[in-house]
Amino acid sequence: MNAPKHMRMREKLILRVAAKSLLPFFFLFALYVQFHGDFGPGGGFQAGVIFAAGIVLYGLIYGIEAAQAVIPRIWVEIGVAVGVLIWGGTGIATMQSGGRYLEYGKLDPEHVVHGQHLGIMFVELGVLCTVASGMTLIFYLFAGRGR
Amino acid sequence: MMDVPIEALLFFLLLVTALTVARLRDLYAASMMTAIFSLLSAGLFVLMDAVDVAFTEAAVGAGVATVLSLGALSLTGSREAKKRAQVFPFVVVALTGAALIYGTLDMPHYGDANAVIHSHLAPDFIEGSAELEIPNVVTTVLASYRGYDTFGESFVVFTAVLGVILMLYRSKKDAS
Repeated sequence: MNAPKHMRMREKLILRVAAKSLLPFFFLFALYVQFHGDFGPGGGFQAGVIFAAGIVLYGLIYGIEAAQAVIPRIWVEIGVAVGVLIWGGTGIATMQSGGRYLEYGKLDPEHVVHGQHLGIMFVELGVLCTVASGMTLIFYLFAGRGR
Repeated sequence: MMDVPIEALLFFLLLVTALTVARLRDLYAASMMTAIFSLLSAGLFVLMDAVDVAFTEAAVGAGVATVLSLGALSLTGSREAKKRAQVFPFVVVALTGAALIYGTLDMPHYGDANAVIHSHLAPDFIEGSAELEIPNVVTTVLASYRGYDTFGESFVVFTAVLGVILMLYRSKKDAS
């Protein structure tokens, strides 16, 4: 994606207005899919992908620099690893509380069901983090390569 | 009027799109067609009640992957090089396809309530999910029953990103 094409894309009023008015709903829907994953379809992976799609749309219309001003590349670079660490760390935490690796029930000693809910919430957050950052980083790398 | 199930219509459109992609020489058009292909498969997944898979397919296949292939095309050029028709790849693809279709012959019919998975595995998961008070069984299976498996999957994503970084990463110093 070379520079003149970006300029043209950015100057298109309809694209800009449509993208900008859609974007909040992208991120809101991503959060809904993330936190409603226990009750309806969805979960960390889907939420992460939708989140990344929002950033990609923004980068597509407003240019990669604008997207990286909102979400800097270093954030997503760290985010990919942090997501995996959150999941792995949840496993360590369950072992610390006397359970086996990823035995979420032990996270709340009094209430196994609540512990499971906590564990699932943490690992889903880990997936969200890895997937959203990963997809965004791949987009940044591809789009930043041509200039 | 003839009664055509919407699945048949979607499969037909899927086939037409696939053939168009194979015939197109303009790769920009081809990546737009693959986006349509993804969207159609997302529609099929919705009909099969796999909404999770459907919106992953719509977001990744039709959204992110299309943008990435457009990005890649802007680096490489958008016309496919003219080559004479090759027989060997076609034979390999045809054989693989035939093997896959042969494999599906042993599988239970779509929507068969007596299939093994519905009589042996699924009831346990549904019961367990109810005990955990999580209505979405998919979430319980992914995050709890198959925690290791899904942990491995997020590691796969991590590794894939690592691979892309190794190939495409440029520090600010290199770019200037």
